[in-house]
Amino acid sequence: MSPGAVDPLTGLMNWRALVFVTRGDPLSVNHLVADGAAGLMLVGGAIAAGLMTVKGWWRPLWRDWLTSLDHKRIGVMYVALALVMMARAIAEAVVMRTQQAAAVGSPGFLDAHHFGELFSTHGTIMIFFVAMPFLTGLMNFVMPLQIGARDVSFPLLNAISLALTAAGAALVMVSLVYGGFSTGGWTGYPPFTGIRYSPGTGVDTWIWSVSLSSIGSTLTGLNFAVTLYKNRAPGMTFFRMPLFSWVTLCVSILMIFAMAPLTVATVMLALDRYAGFHFFTADAGGNMMNYANLFWLFGHPEVYILILPAFGVWSEVISTFSAKQLYGYHSLVAATMVISVLSFTVWLHHFFTMGQSANVNAIFGIATMLIGIPTGVKIYDWLLTMVRGRIRLTVPMLFAIVFMITFLIGGLTGVILANPTIDFVFHNSLFLVAHFHNMLIPGFLFAMIAAVQFWFPKVFGFRLDERLGRISFWLWAVGFYLAFMPLYVLGLMGAMRRTMEWQRPEYLPWLAIALVGALCLLAAFMTFVAQIAVSVRRRDALAVPGGDPWDGLSLEWSLPAPVPEYNFAVLPRVGARDPFMAMKREGRAHLRPEAYEDIRLPKNSPAAPIILAATFLTGFALTWHIWWLAIAGLVACWIPITLRSFREDHERVIPASEVRRQHEAWLDRVAALPAIRREDETGPRNRGRASSQFAGGQP
Amino acid sequence: MSDHASAMADREHRHPGLNLDHTDPEGHASAEPVIFGFWIFLMSDLIVFALLFATYAAMSTQGTGDGPAPAQLFDLRIPLLETLVLLTSSFTLGFVSLANKYEGHPRQAIGWLVVTLVLGAGFLALEYHDFSTLIHEKHAGPQVSGFLSSYFLLTGTHFVHVAAGIAWGMVLIVQQAVLGPTLPVKLRVMRLALFWHMLDIVWIGIFTFVYLSGVLA
Ligand code: HEM
Ligand SMILES: [Cu+2]
Repeated sequence: MSPGAVDPLTGLMNWRALVFVTRGDPLSVNHLVADGAAGLMLVGGAIAAGLMTVKGWWRPLWRDWLTSLDHKRIGVMYVALALVMMARAIAEAVVMRTQQAAAVGSPGFLDAHHFGELFSTHGTIMIFFVAMPFLTGLMNFVMPLQIGARDVSFPLLNAISLALTAAGAALVMVSLVYGGFSTGGWTGYPPFTGIRYSPGTGVDTWIWSVSLSSIGSTLTGLNFAVTLYKNRAPGMTFFRMPLFSWVTLCVSILMIFAMAPLTVATVMLALDRYAGFHFFTADAGGNMMNYANLFWLFGHPEVYILILPAFGVWSEVISTFSAKQLYGYHSLVAATMVISVLSFTVWLHHFFTMGQSANVNAIFGIATMLIGIPTGVKIYDWLLTMVRGRIRLTVPMLFAIVFMITFLIGGLTGVILANPTIDFVFHNSLFLVAHFHNMLIPGFLFAMIAAVQFWFPKVFGFRLDERLGRISFWLWAVGFYLAFMPLYVLGLMGAMRRTMEWQRPEYLPWLAIALVGALCLLAAFMTFVAQIAVSVRRRDALAVPGGDPWDGLSLEWSLPAPVPEYNFAVLPRVGARDPFMAMKREGRAHLRPEAYEDIRLPKNSPAAPIILAATFLTGFALTWHIWWLAIAGLVACWIPITLRSFREDHERVIPASEVRRQHEAWLDRVAALPAIRREDETGPRNRGRASSQFAGGQP
Repeated sequence: MSDHASAMADREHRHPGLNLDHTDPEGHASAEPVIFGFWIFLMSDLIVFALLFATYAAMSTQGTGDGPAPAQLFDLRIPLLETLVLLTSSFTLGFVSLANKYEGHPRQAIGWLVVTLVLGAGFLALEYHDFSTLIHEKHAGPQVSGFLSSYFLLTGTHFVHVAAGIAWGMVLIVQQAVLGPTLPVKLRVMRLALFWHMLDIVWIGIFTFVYLSGVLA
């Protein structure tokens, strides 16, 4: 069969789409990089599978994880997915940095197509398959515990959201070995991504992977919003919710509204490509500006979907490690809401240069600058929270401090870019790349890593190694400055983004520094992984069964670590903000409940893994024009759901006596633990029972 | 659930649309999050339609290319008929909801559900006819211009929604027959009804902004 012909059985599939076959001269470095990456993925997968088999882990994986509807386990799976994808995206960034540093006055070692794939996969993966799953996983784990809920409102839907995201990620991973990826960047602008200029299947892979992730996120937003509105514990009024739960509410609302434009845009692009429609083509009345508007109608709120969770994390981290309640709680809530609303009013700043009138640009420029105000409020609130606090410079707190300084710099360059006249000069330059990494790395990545340090003991029952955490922190912080500050300079010198080859020798020193920075960041990531591995080995020494290693304020710290599957033995009654802190103050923490009740939990369900497989196959089939498989996959998605709806026994019951037994055993254990003062917090004596030391006056 | 709790349920658990409060207080309480969640789903779905309308608004005026303009293609007869069929199906679906709420005869709910789906299928047949006339007789398929692409995507998305509603309804007919009006089944029918009514509203938008203003222009 000649490549390009559509076979009814296998569509466009052909051997030449295999990466090992396509990349031209087999001895070129370009070929080696592509093969190496594909080979690494295959070998990594094989090793993982082999290890699972040897250790006999397949069954537990299926029983305890893949079919589980427990929000905590789903959260952990989201984060695991994010970390795997992050490894790839950071490696790609290093390859790009190396190419750019090697390509001053010479072509470097990658070909243009390959370089285009690299920035497209890096951007797409970082946004959709690192950032989104990371923050979704974190919210999944933390939010229900903070509001005193047994689970999210729709546990099965939660598992399905994860399945959709994972199916999208799998599509991107497979394209590393088979078929390649889009070269249209993470934004996928037509007409370049139209069928005329991008005839291969790469753009289709991008379309379907992003669409799956987008639908998954819409459903997540719905699920979290309902949970927050309807599932709070008695007494947990809105204005008693911890700030992290507030940002989860805002993010959920943003997801409900903002993912739809992306889905619409990708579906239209698909219709243009598959069926000859004319939404964004350059002829027959098509207009790519419609794409730019739809994409950024999603794209700008998206950056707040990425950043707001960080604001929640910093609020929890800073108040906990200052041993104070948050300063300006109401203003922080209001600022978060204002940012959420304003985030829908600024999308046009992504294309100031694309032909609208100066007045329109001015309005959007001003709207953009306005967002700086609520953001500034937050920074002041955090600073004032620290004033006269009992501050401990633990790893999350170090990240928080570097965040505040770095984020401020990024914000200032953002205000510069918000001025349309200036943006005309810097648009699409490395100045812009520096700006958004300057927001996203402190504002998303540092927050997620700090969150892992902070909540890890709650998830797994032991702390993370503090020393490796500090080493990793310094590598992250220094690496960021080395990798991205030079890009501001390069941008000012006129270097454009997505460029693979330079003619100006004066770029070289800056590119070299940026490369060193990227290597530092890679080392930081590896140290972070090593930190987790080392901590797993030392888990007995680091165990915190008491569940309250940091003298926490909110309800999750009142629970054992790891948290039992039903979360709360008895649902709490909340009487104040920062309820666990209040309980400790009033000596009501760890009291024996008077009565226990039976607890109903959702049974496991194979629906989500089936949907994962079915949607992956559908996406793959659509990419390769295998129509029968696409239809079969779509039908297969609905079978488990339909069958399930005919059954009614979706819950299992944990008897009150069993809950009592477990809970009282834990209470006895806590009573025997040493109460730790804050100065011993990171030391070996910390077993998760805090001797409470809150600074400041009344709650 | 105790009497006290169910009395609370009446007062605290409310949602827009048909409530089960005084006929099934216990079910009413557990209905709340599900129905509320479904309202949110409908809202995000409506955003999809809003964007399709906006695209249509831009494309129908500026995206006709060398192809025909709306006024040259549309007339009101078939769309009016479609409107009447679809609105009637919403009315008949109302009888299903009432039968479930007031524990009517089981066959009542099933019967009205069948009528609703038949009307829905009639609507689809009319629209299919409309599409095929446009494509084959007027040579105005979606590939002709940006305007027609957006027309077919807007109406086509609505078409697919109605078709999905019919498939869902068929499953629910089986469930009403096999399981009877149990709480989960009742809640599903309530959600189908909300979905169906939303599609009515969207259709009224399509009738107004696509056909009526197309003909008037
Ligand atoms: C960890 C260290 C990181 C490094 C070294 C890095 C490096 C790079 C490089 C070299 C580019 C291409 C710049 C160009 O166009 O010339 C890029 C683009 C990009 N990066 Fe990163 N990045 C990192 C982290 C992140 C993170 C955490 C995110 C988001 C959460 C992110 C999102 C993006 C996006 C959206 C693009 C634009 C892709 C496009 O042009 O379509 N990056 N990055
Ligand atoms: Cu923006």
